[in-house]
Amino acid sequence: MKHVFSRIYWQDKDIEIVIGRLLRYGVLLSGIVTLVGGSIYLLRHGNTLPRYHTFTGEPKDVSSLSGVFQGIAGLQGRAIIQLGILLLIATPIARIVFSVIAFVLEKDYLYVVITLIVLIVIGFSIRGGLGG
Amino acid sequence: MIILVFTMIILTGAFVAGLLGSLTGLGGGFIIIPLLTLVFHIDIRYAIGSSLVAVIATSSGSAAAYVKEGITNIRLGMFLEIATTTGAVTGAVLTAYIPTSMIAILFGILLLFSAAMTLRKKEDHIETTKTNHLAEKLRLNSSYPTAAGKVAYTVHHVPGGYLMMTLAGLLSGLLGVGSGALKVLAMDHVMRIPFKVSTTTSNFMIGVTAAASAVIYFQRGYIDPGLSMPVMLGVLAGAFVGSRVLVQSDIKWLKPLFTAILIVLAMEMIYNGWFKKI
Repeated sequence: MKHVFSRIYWQDKDIEIVIGRLLRYGVLLSGIVTLVGGSIYLLRHGNTLPRYHTFTGEPKDVSSLSGVFQGIAGLQGRAIIQLGILLLIATPIARIVFSVIAFVLEKDYLYVVITLIVLIVIGFSIRGGLGG
Repeated sequence: MIILVFTMIILTGAFVAGLLGSLTGLGGGFIIIPLLTLVFHIDIRYAIGSSLVAVIATSSGSAAAYVKEGITNIRLGMFLEIATTTGAVTGAVLTAYIPTSMIAILFGILLLFSAAMTLRKKEDHIETTKTNHLAEKLRLNSSYPTAAGKVAYTVHHVPGGYLMMTLAGLLSGLLGVGSGALKVLAMDHVMRIPFKVSTTTSNFMIGVTAAASAVIYFQRGYIDPGLSMPVMLGVLAGAFVGSRVLVQSDIKWLKPLFTAILIVLAMEMIYNGWFKKI
């Protein structure tokens, strides 16, 4: 039996194919979630008027993680769409995480460091409060 | 106009943008932002937010296909992503301080540049000589599969390419586009790697770059669900159909048409930005 974390397992699988699949499923999943959220949103608000001419910024319930999850619990279409979008944003980030693992298994430590730097930059933009 | 009708129109527009973007290789953002701002008079910050979402969707969707073929230079992409993500984060932070009219003008200039890039003659480099010291140290030299077997190539001017990628990332974060044209230019002309490799590696990087700035846009409330939903789904469907069509048909006639559209949109964006209408 092959162990998931052994080098041979990943060589057999070919990490690139795994990553390719991750990207495809990530996009597909986020597309489905967005479609579900969008349908609920249109059913509820489809006959009201849009307001995008003036910029107000989104309220916290669709621009923060806790707000989005509260909204999903209440089956709000807009919050479910945002979950789909968050899944989409997470897909390329997950790819970077996978690459770190791949480089560790290849014992390519220079690239483990390079990939970690990319992750840190993204982490900084997530947690750095740059959203203001 | 009620939201249902509005959503359907945006969905159709995004589909066309995704289709054209994938056929020409420029991505959907270039049409989406002018469509939303010029036709629907939507605030450019909302337009950028939803365009970023569309950029990630198309990049990840098509990367899945490229990854299998083994053309993408993962090491090169990963190394240059340090440049593009730092640039993208800086760009996304800057948007809050730059007037929207200025963003519109910058966007127009990037459109003009991209139009010029589509007209440029493709020169394919496969260089194997006098490689860069840094390229060797970072093990960027690689090979890619062709019909005639594996072809090896070397990477040149690593610092110059890195700087250009930082600029590409900055513009991506600032304007909500993939800036694939700049990325390909950096790799084709500066680093002198084969066209096929630069195209797929650029695509590999676009999703990560856009994600780095998208998280900032999201927290700042620039990503509106009601707007991003039709944009993302439309562009995704358009890009999917486009990638199918691309395999079967000759689309050379489309290029001049697309270039003309880009130039008109660029002029409109610059005009509206200049007179502070955006």
